[in-house]
Formats: sequence, structure tokens, C-alpha cells
Amino acid sequence: MSVVTTTRESGSGLAPAAMVVRSWKAPIAFAIFTVIGVVLFIALARGGETTYRLSNDTDAIILPSIVLPADATGIVTVVLMAIIAVYAFMLVRGGTKVPLWLTTIFALMFLLGFLTWAAAGSTVPLVGLLAGALTVSTPLIFGSLGGVISERVGVVNIAIEGQLLAGAFVAAMVATFTGSAIAGLLAAMVAGAAVSAVLAAFAIKYLVDQVIVGVVLNVLVIGLTSFLYSTVMTADPELFNKPERFERIAIPLLSDIPVLGPILFNQTIIVYLMFALVPTVWFALFKTRWGLRLRSVGEHPKAADTVGINVRATRFWNVLLAGLIVGGGGAFFTLAAIGSFTKEMTNGAGFIALAAVIFGQWNPIRATLAALLFGFATNLQSTLSIVGSPVPSEFMLMLPYLVTIFAVAGLVGFSRPPAASGRPYIKS
Amino acid sequence: MSDDTKTPKSGTPKEQTAAEKVHEQVVAHETGRDATEPAVPRSNQIIKEIFGGSAAISVLAVFLALVFGGILIVLTDEAVAQASVYFFSRPGDTLVAMWDAVAGAYSALFRGSVFNYLRVDDLAVAIRPLTETLANATPLIAAGLGVALAFRVGLFNIGGRGQMLIAAAAAGYVGAYIPMPPVIHLLVALIIGLIGGALWGGLVGLLKARTGAHEVIVTIMLNYIAFYLVSFLLRTPGALQAPGQNNPKSGPILETAQFPPLLGDAYNLNLGFILVIVSTIYVWYLLNRSALGFRFRAVGENPHAARVAGIKVERVYVQVMLIAGALVGLAGVYQVLGNFTGGFASGLDASIGFDAITVALLGRSKPWGVFFAGILFGALKAGSYTMQASEGIPVDIVLVVQSFIVLFIAAPPLVRSIFRLPTPDPLFQWRTPKFARTAEVTK
Repeated sequence: MSVVTTTRESGSGLAPAAMVVRSWKAPIAFAIFTVIGVVLFIALARGGETTYRLSNDTDAIILPSIVLPADATGIVTVVLMAIIAVYAFMLVRGGTKVPLWLTTIFALMFLLGFLTWAAAGSTVPLVGLLAGALTVSTPLIFGSLGGVISERVGVVNIAIEGQLLAGAFVAAMVATFTGSAIAGLLAAMVAGAAVSAVLAAFAIKYLVDQVIVGVVLNVLVIGLTSFLYSTVMTADPELFNKPERFERIAIPLLSDIPVLGPILFNQTIIVYLMFALVPTVWFALFKTRWGLRLRSVGEHPKAADTVGINVRATRFWNVLLAGLIVGGGGAFFTLAAIGSFTKEMTNGAGFIALAAVIFGQWNPIRATLAALLFGFATNLQSTLSIVGSPVPSEFMLMLPYLVTIFAVAGLVGFSRPPAASGRPYIKS
Repeated sequence: MSDDTKTPKSGTPKEQTAAEKVHEQVVAHETGRDATEPAVPRSNQIIKEIFGGSAAISVLAVFLALVFGGILIVLTDEAVAQASVYFFSRPGDTLVAMWDAVAGAYSALFRGSVFNYLRVDDLAVAIRPLTETLANATPLIAAGLGVALAFRVGLFNIGGRGQMLIAAAAAGYVGAYIPMPPVIHLLVALIIGLIGGALWGGLVGLLKARTGAHEVIVTIMLNYIAFYLVSFLLRTPGALQAPGQNNPKSGPILETAQFPPLLGDAYNLNLGFILVIVSTIYVWYLLNRSALGFRFRAVGENPHAARVAGIKVERVYVQVMLIAGALVGLAGVYQVLGNFTGGFASGLDASIGFDAITVALLGRSKPWGVFFAGILFGALKAGSYTMQASEGIPVDIVLVVQSFIVLFIAAPPLVRSIFRLPTPDPLFQWRTPKFARTAEVTK
């Protein structure tokens, strides 16, 4: 929840930002969610008990399940939420920002109340829920990391969807040919970079609008992969579409930690790669010379050019790098999660990744958290539809997109893209 | 993704060194233009370039895309693959197989979209493909007009899918569940649908005008929101779901609300095509003859100049997105009242919302250009089914050809360099003066 609201492009076009010292967004949002809580958890209480299963039967350490009475939990969480909301109002009136930990506690309270209410009378497999969320999130995180790099260097990447799909397709094909999942992963990265190369060539060399190229590339990749899927892959799936998959590797000791162990440390190599990639990208972007150059090219190419940075080359190579990352994420679909390629299998993941980039304010760590949140919301929806929740699943699926609109409209958080993002640099 | 470089960001006043001021004055003097005015947003320049391209580029782009499509067909053709095994002993076989594959594919495309020369005996059957082309073109033209109109104001309307779905859901509800007398029913369903599309589009304009939210992001996100919303309605009894059914599908559209066929029941061509012609004329009139259209074009040329001239740019954004949403909505209404009259599901947009972008680009965002581009893509679509049926080439080839067309159209320098065409001056003029003069001044 930010304090500054800028009016970009609106107003007279020379609008210096309006500085607002007090932001009432957080307390108002808290109040709205508390009211929702009152309506759902108390007025529409469903009775019964909710069981949280913390371990699978095969785990080394088996924790007992937690049973919560649904109605009582609802009342307690609502009361706590109300207290936090009032406290936030007082804080803002006193001129203090609402601290992040308070927002976090509030969100957790709401989530606990919501889960307990939605799953009243049945069992929530917590490990499965979180593990599934990580599975859904993994390609999103790869996509958003690529998106962050690409936008930070000044090239809008609408083609994340296409890069993921290309990665998934090529990974399936190459892994089947060679019988090696690693080869598939590498090929997927090359495929992602190839899509990026087209984007970069058209955007940087031919100065075509990046949004147009991105949109067209998505259509092109969907067309190409669907065409080749229908002609080549379905003709002989054994030869083309039966990839060697990555095995799960359990890290000794760490994977025995209750709840989190099996989720985080019994994963495929792609997920471990992602664990390493997120801090690396963050560090590289903000703490290295490469990152400084990259960001300067995206913020103010002219200034970067003046100090001797080759703007076009920097853009080209970093967009390619972004493609490598996203392509690798695409391999997760075919080499880890599903195991074969199907038409349009990414199903909008690239656009959720784009949403995560924006909601994560073009920061790798925040974008990752946003991707995790979106992945969690998506997976929560499928878990709840199994236990029979009263909330229509479509509304849960809508969440990432809705949140993004609020974000770009400045209602939630603060969104300011890199200044030169989307604009080709013409050396003068 | 804000459009203009020179707008100062949050609170930091733009600081100029004396040297910069002198530089700008020199540039202003030499180019006859005030250098302190904000630069024309990039998207507006792009649109100007797209208009600037000649018809030759369009034709060449289509040709190149068909060549690429042909290469793809050859590469995946089985006969070619078999012949290529003994390529070095009998290369002729491979070439013949290649020719057969491509000629077979494109003649099937022609048979399926223009004239079925295999059935000359029966004229009614032989000309059927042409009417199929027009029927397929109908929603493409309508949605293409919506995208093109927004383009003219400098907005990217990628939200075709959402606007279509909402319009279709609104029109479909009236058409399927609210009985009314003939004629009136159709009119009411049509108008409600258009209003639905207009509101969904207008929302984008409103967000852009009020908060500065970038329309590309907003439209993409609204597409998905509309999709899930309509999916929800389609599986909710009492909303759109057909009574007594479990499938997420609406009930059939009542006879009174269906678009009447133009050439009898044997053909799919219906009233929608007439509506699309009317829309094209309307958009032409709007852009070229009306005061509102003048404001649209002014904002599209340069929003800063338009603002100085007293045009309320924010209001124009809302107005244009309302109209664009209604036009795209017409495509959605057509799908429901003219195409899937037996009941529709959430896939009713059939990626027309995205195809519309390619139609608008190929038509260079001019009403009649869009009209003919829509007919071309309608032909590709109609022909692709014959191609799949008779040659076993998946319909997805059309997506590939379409995207190639747009890539080539969007990059005229690329097409020129392929065909070694001369570079026309106007396209590069906005760059060249800066090149030369800045260098001199900085020395």
C-alpha cells in the first residue's frame, strides 16, 4: 500500500505528481474485507468443522490434523480483523504508514477465516494445497522473471505466453528425441530465446511497436505449435511427444521437515533452478554493474547512451536472456508437471505472469511473490471445487486479473513501469 | 508504459542546463517546431507509419506470408518426406511432391473460399464457398472496425475477446430467454448486446482517462475477467444455462431473435453482413465527415496538440472506447444471433478478438481497408476447413499465415529489404533531421 499516487498521462499532460501524505487505502481495504468477513463467515455461516491435514501418511514425521469449528473460527477471525482495521485507521490518522507485517497478519487472518468457512464440513489437505500452488506458480515465476528483465531493459514483453508455449513444445519434442530431459530443458530455453530474438529484432531493429509484435508472436506460436502438434506430433506420439521427464529429487533431511519439507525440497530440478534464479536475478539487477546498466537503459536510454552504454545491444541481449528464462519455465509444463504436449497448454499462464510483473512492481522478488499468490489462488480454486465450496470457482480464477486492474489503476499499491519501457531507442 | 518521454515524473521538475536550452532552441529554429513541446507519443507515430505504407506493401506481405505457409506445408508433408529420402538419386520426385503439396493446399483453399470448380455442374453448390467467406468475414470486419477505430485515437484495443463475450452474453440472454414479437425481439437483442460491448469497452477508456492505466494491460485482463464471468453465467441455471441441462451452454436462440438469412436457408450468409456494411459506412462517416471523428483523429495524431486546441482528450478516450466496444460487440452479437443459434458456449469468440487486430493492421485502420482485410481473412478461414478436409492440413495454418502477414505489414522496412524496394522519404523524415542536427550541436 503506497502513499504516492501519480497521475500518469491523465490531466494536462504535464502533471507533476500529486503528493498525498496520508494513504487511507490500507484501512479502507481492511474495513471492506472485514465487512466481507462478517457477511460470509458470520451471516452466511455454514456450521460444521474444518479439518486441516498437515502430513501425508508417507512422511517421516507425521503431524496430527488440526480440527477447527467453522463458526467459532469465523467469529474469531472477524473480530481480529476488525481490531486490525481499527488499529490501522488510528495509525493513519496519527500520520504513520500501515506496516507490512500488519497487512500480512490481516491477510493471513482473512485467508484462515475464508478457508475454514469455504471448506466447512470437510478436510483441507494443506500440503497438497501448497504443493499444488507451487506447481502452478513455477512457470508463472519463470515467466515473470523474464518479464521483469525484459521490461526493465525497456522492451515490453507481451509474448511471455508465446515463449512459455514454445518452450513447452520444443522441450517435449527434444526430450523425446534425445531421451534426455536436460536436453529438453536446454532446447526449451533456446526456443524461448528464439521467440525473444524475433521480438527483439522487430522491436529494436525494425522499430515495430512492441505490443503489436508481442500480440502477433503469441498468435504465431499458438499457430505453429498447434499446426505441428496436429501434423507431426499426433501422427507418431511415441516418436515426438513422449518426453523423458525430470524425476523428483528429495534433498536429505530438508525434505523431512513437516509441511514445508515435501513441498519445497522434494521437487524436480526445474524448481530448484527457480529457487536459485529468483535471488540471482534480484542480486544481478540491483547489485551488479550489469543490472545498473540494464536498468539505466530501461529508464533513460539517452543518459545511458551518453555514458557509453550501447543501448540497442544491451536491449537485444537482455531480451534474449529473458527469453531463455521464460523458455525454461515452459519446459516445466511438459517435462515436470504434465508429461506431454497438448494444444495451447499454457492456457493464459503467460498473461498471469505479465500480471505478476506489474503487480510485483517490476521487481523480481515481488513479482515472484505475486506469482506465488496468483498460483495459490488458482490452486485454491481447484482444491475448493473438490471439497465443494460455495464460492464459484470462476471468481477465484478471475482474481489475478482483477487485482492487476486495480494495481494499474492505482487503487492497490503503486505501479510505475520503467520509464522507457515500450519505447524504441533511436540514436540521435 | 506511459507514452511520452518528456512528461516529468513524480514531482521532480525537469531541469535543463543552459546548453540543453540552447540546443533545443537551435533544433526548434532549424526544424521550425517548438522543441519544448512534448514529443508525439510513440504509439501515435507508429499508427502514422502504418497508414503511410503503400498498398504494395500489403500485397507483398500477404504474398510473403503465403510463401511461408507453403514452406511449412512442404516441411510437414509426408509425400515430400518420403521423396526426400532418395533426393540425391531422383531430385525431381521431391520437387514434384513439394509442388503437389503446396498446389493441393492452396487450390483447396481457393475451392473452399471462392469458387468450387469441382462442382461447376451445380452453380448453387459451386458459389457456396464465396458466401461462406462473407459469413466468416462478418464478425472479423465488425471486430476489426472496433480495433481500427481505437487505433486511430492511438489506443490498442486488445480487449476484443472480452467485449465480444459480454456483448454475446447480453444479446444471447435476451435472444434465448425473453420472448418478444418478431422484428422487435431482434432489435432489442441487438441493441442490448451492443450496449454490453460498449460498456465493457468504455470501462477501458474510463480507466485510461481517469487513472492513466495502460489500455493494453487493462484490456488483456478484462478479456479473462469476461471469460470467467461468462463461463460462470453459462453454468448457472437461471442465468445463461439452458434449463434442465448440465453442460455450460445456453439455450437455443429463439427464432424471432435470429439474424434472417440473406440467400435462403441453404447459405450461412445472413443479415449480419448487411449490418457490417452499414457499420463500415458509419465508421467511414464518423472518421471522415463528423466533428467527433475529427476530434478522434486529432487525438490520434497528437494528443498534446489536441489538448491545446481545446479537445478534451480524456473524454475522447471514453467516447472512442464506447463506440469501439459496440463495434466489437456487434461481432459477439453476430456469433450468438447469427452463427451459434443452437446455443452458445464460452468459446464463442473463436479468437476473433485477436484476429481483429490483424484485420485492423492489414486494413491500415481505414474503414474500407478493414472491410476488405476482413474478407481476405474470412476467405482464409473458410478455405482452411476445406484444406483440412481434403488435404489434411490443420486449420491452425491460418493463424501462422495471419501472423506472418501482420509481422510483415508492421515492418515495412523488412518487406522493402526483401524485395529491394526503394525507401520512400516520408517514412524516415521524422528521424533524419534529428540525426544530423544533434550531432552538430553537441560538437
